[in-house]
Amino acid sequence: MDTPWHARKLLTIIAESSLERSLIAEVRAAGVSGYTIAEVRGGGAGGERAGDWEGERSIEFRVICDQALADRVADRVMRRYAANYALVLYLTDVGVRRAERFP
Amino acid sequence: MSLDPVILFFLLGILARLVRSDLRLPEPLYEALSVYLLLALGLKGGVELARHPLAALLPQTAAVILMGCLLPVVAFALLRRPVGLDRVNAAAIAAHYGSVSVVTFAAGVAWLEARAIAFEPHLALFLAVLEVPGIVVGLLLARGAGAGAALGPLLREVLAGKSVLLLLGGLAIGAVLGPAGLKSTAPLFVDLFKGALCLFMLELGLVTGRQLGQLRHAGARLVAFALVVPLLFGAVGAGVGGLIGLSVGGATLLGTLAASASYIAAPAAMRVALPEADPGLSLPIVLGVSFPFNVIVGLDAYHAFAALLAR
Repeated sequence: MDTPWHARKLLTIIAESSLERSLIAEVRAAGVSGYTIAEVRGGGAGGERAGDWEGERSIEFRVICDQALADRVADRVMRRYAANYALVLYLTDVGVRRAERFP
Repeated sequence: MSLDPVILFFLLGILARLVRSDLRLPEPLYEALSVYLLLALGLKGGVELARHPLAALLPQTAAVILMGCLLPVVAFALLRRPVGLDRVNAAAIAAHYGSVSVVTFAAGVAWLEARAIAFEPHLALFLAVLEVPGIVVGLLLARGAGAGAALGPLLREVLAGKSVLLLLGGLAIGAVLGPAGLKSTAPLFVDLFKGALCLFMLELGLVTGRQLGQLRHAGARLVAFALVVPLLFGAVGAGVGGLIGLSVGGATLLGTLAASASYIAAPAAMRVALPEADPGLSLPIVLGVSFPFNVIVGLDAYHAFAALLAR
């Protein structure tokens, strides 16, 4: 099958913004080449996070990589932060162009 | 209680939250207002500071830092015994009460200015130096339980954080340029100060309004703590202010600083360094109890303390 799209995984982590620096360090250490961060708001079991002042911001943190790398990042994040922080992790299939950029 | 636009805007924000209004200040506006307030406070202090001999400031600043290191220890002791918290949560909350709130200070400045009460310019310097000791002492208190991350990186983050940077930067720029050099910026940084503070208080009213709903989780003892400690620390701060030779206005502001609790720097630092501490205990009492208490009735009380001690 000839397609210009290369199969990869998109790992999305929704977290408190206080974890931003730590998450960047985690994915860099794991060998992920790039990431995208967006500020988001929402609610969950622990109440609403309206994100209207700096103590209550949430981020959506995305990386695109292969399955093995995504597993490694997700395992590390779960191990280190799941106990004490609000976290949502999910994995989806995506197709990318310029595959060499996504190890 | 004093009817001041600052208070009324704050109450409007709380009301908006209570009636579930869709009112929401855009995030960038909130961000811009906090940068503005920090710079305005710094510049204002810096301009005046340039007229004073700096050497006289060192012993005063040292005394203020000492106070900033001791108050969180008192808060910790109160949180452990009468309140009955575990060590990590007690340390985290002690850090909040040991550190200071810029907006409470700004409200104090507006309160004094509305009454034409003079105060020393270096109170803005004290605001900058008092942010850090509470956080550090709080972490050291938690350390006893083997908790807490390395102090170094955290310290760097707080010291390079926007509040310390902008306050000290504003002080330095104000001191270098002096009143004449800053005259052209006065329409923005001086004349608009109170209006900008009102907008910020509207936003804080919204935040406080939501925290009020979380108070049940904190419990009655913590709520009592959040009312008693500002009064106690406010009296201590006003007393220290008198002892180190501040005017009544200056001692009022030092009392306000001692009474105030950090809701920006301390929560952020605690979230990173003491993740096992529950922000659901600290934020409702800091924002839902102590902050409104300070701006609505505390300022009058700390001024009364300072005036009493000056007699």
